[in-house]
Amino acid sequence: MNKTLTERIFGPKAWMGLAIFAAITLILVPILNLAVPEGSALHLSTYWVTLIGKIMCYAIVALAMDLVWGYTGILSLGHGIFFALGGYAMGMYLMRAIGRDGNYQSDLPDFMVFLNWKELPWYWVGTEHFLWAMVLVVLVPGLLALIFGFFAFRSRIKGVYFSIITQALTFATMLLFFRNETGFGGNNGFTDFKRILGYHIASPTTRIVLFGLTAALLIGFLLLARYIVTSKLGRVLAAIRDAETRVMFSGYNPLPYKLFIWVVSAVICAIAGALFVPQVGIINPSEMSPANSIEIAIWVAVGGRGTLIGPLIGAGLINGVKSWFTVAFPEYWLYFLGLIFILVTLYLPRGVLGELQSLMRRGLLQKRGERA
Amino acid sequence: MNAAMKDESSAHISAGGGAQPSALGGGRPTDASQLDTTHGVILYLEGINVSFDGFKAINNLNLTIDRGELRCVIGPNGAGKTTMMDVITGKTRPDNGTAFFGQTIDLTKLSEPQIAHAGIGRKFQKPTVFEQLSVYENLELAMKTDKGVWASLRARLTGEQRDHINENLELIQLQDQAHRPSGLLSHGQKQWLEIGMLLMQKPQLLLLDEPAAGMTDAETERSGELFLSLAGQYTLVVVEHDMDFIKQISEDRKVTCLHEGSVLSEGPLDQVQNDERVIEVYLGR
Repeated sequence: MNKTLTERIFGPKAWMGLAIFAAITLILVPILNLAVPEGSALHLSTYWVTLIGKIMCYAIVALAMDLVWGYTGILSLGHGIFFALGGYAMGMYLMRAIGRDGNYQSDLPDFMVFLNWKELPWYWVGTEHFLWAMVLVVLVPGLLALIFGFFAFRSRIKGVYFSIITQALTFATMLLFFRNETGFGGNNGFTDFKRILGYHIASPTTRIVLFGLTAALLIGFLLLARYIVTSKLGRVLAAIRDAETRVMFSGYNPLPYKLFIWVVSAVICAIAGALFVPQVGIINPSEMSPANSIEIAIWVAVGGRGTLIGPLIGAGLINGVKSWFTVAFPEYWLYFLGLIFILVTLYLPRGVLGELQSLMRRGLLQKRGERA
Repeated sequence: MNAAMKDESSAHISAGGGAQPSALGGGRPTDASQLDTTHGVILYLEGINVSFDGFKAINNLNLTIDRGELRCVIGPNGAGKTTMMDVITGKTRPDNGTAFFGQTIDLTKLSEPQIAHAGIGRKFQKPTVFEQLSVYENLELAMKTDKGVWASLRARLTGEQRDHINENLELIQLQDQAHRPSGLLSHGQKQWLEIGMLLMQKPQLLLLDEPAAGMTDAETERSGELFLSLAGQYTLVVVEHDMDFIKQISEDRKVTCLHEGSVLSEGPLDQVQNDERVIEVYLGR
């Protein structure tokens, strides 16, 4: 109808791809895992379900990162903090859901008994309710992002300075969470979860439900992100990335735009963290380590910045390789990751998908040239 | 990088003596009828001083521009031409002095986006367009409309807006390039696109910093014709070095020569060109 601007969310091919992905994750995987007997060659073990579920959580994080880095040009090296805070909020509920089944058979989580605490700290109040915990998943990282973003963007902190500050933020928070007095289980974090909403947390059915939920949210967030970047707001974000002064002199205040995408990105990360914790069964402060946040940036760079789908591929690729590599040659993984990053920067500066797209475009032009 | 880290937006902001938008404001359209030019003056600078680390970039500058005027500003490098534009557009705050847009809008109290909404458009010395976006999208973003976040999220072009974009595409002669990324345009075309973007904002006052730089002779001449056709309907302030270009567009209009941050000479081009002091510092003998 209108070719002047990209106003549709996806082309037919992309919709088809999404439908296939949905069919595999929401129908095929549950059948192969639950219905096909364990001895069968077609059976998909729970190990794989958990691994793929975990990687999909990372893919959601990569998607959120692409919104701020790929589209708006804000490189955050502290996105792990939002992921971890969402995870901790979910973890608080899961700890309370253990009830008296813990080692000390107390109403308090085990680590609090261990610290000789007699009652819950105020910020734990209400966390036994699942809904309140879900509110915290969104609210705490969202508010942190809003306040941090407001001051950083208002002061016009940009580029590498912004990256360093985000890195400092996640590092400082990690140190805070390492302390037992903070009330989040210190360096052990939360683990030994028993149930979620009354269901056994490690049962195959629970795992498949969490897996399906993760896949559905991945699709949902992809559509949301695509809606944002194809809107005029998305073009303003790209304009901020390319020439922020021109944006200002065109009558836009960049601050609310940056704040909007920054908070959206943080909340998406937090929800990914909340999905991650019940599937993996643990959350501890190492999730906030600067190295984790840098890895997120690598997924996006490898997949292709500013493509949305690329970062999903990047997160899948790197984490897939990682889960094999860390078993086969655990001590060399970081060298290998560094090597991938260097090679991608040198030879695939636009990432796997970015290069693929430009190759296809070139092919298309050539075909047109031959016909002409 | 220091300048980028400096907090400029926290300065006290007040729009036209009325509303007091927060730091988050500036996205709302300002009614152009707010601009009061009953005395014929659209821009009024008096006693402006700007210094950077002791260096006086602007030194007690007084300048008045009438509505509909096309004013050329010349002067040697470092005369304060660009700094003057920075002051008018809110990029630099003057140490003291008054800067009024029309009778009522105090420019020293507004942020850059607010000044843009009030009706001042600025073209930079180096053409600045959104390189990854298409020519069409560049014009779309510049268009005068509600520029808040929610409005942008839901914005869809109306037929009227499309017509407006197409008219401007025609005016800047980039119809054939409409869907190419603007980063692929030639230098001269980028200059034109930037001018087209300014016009999309429906400004009252256009500040053009070296609009003919890097253009071919044919392009320069076409630019001159464009500016002449815009004068009257808009008010233009053109900073240029190219004396032939100035001769083409100034006709018998007033020309201002700046030197060391203040006005050295002002009057018709002939008079300014023959001013001993101008010859001394700028034109050479």
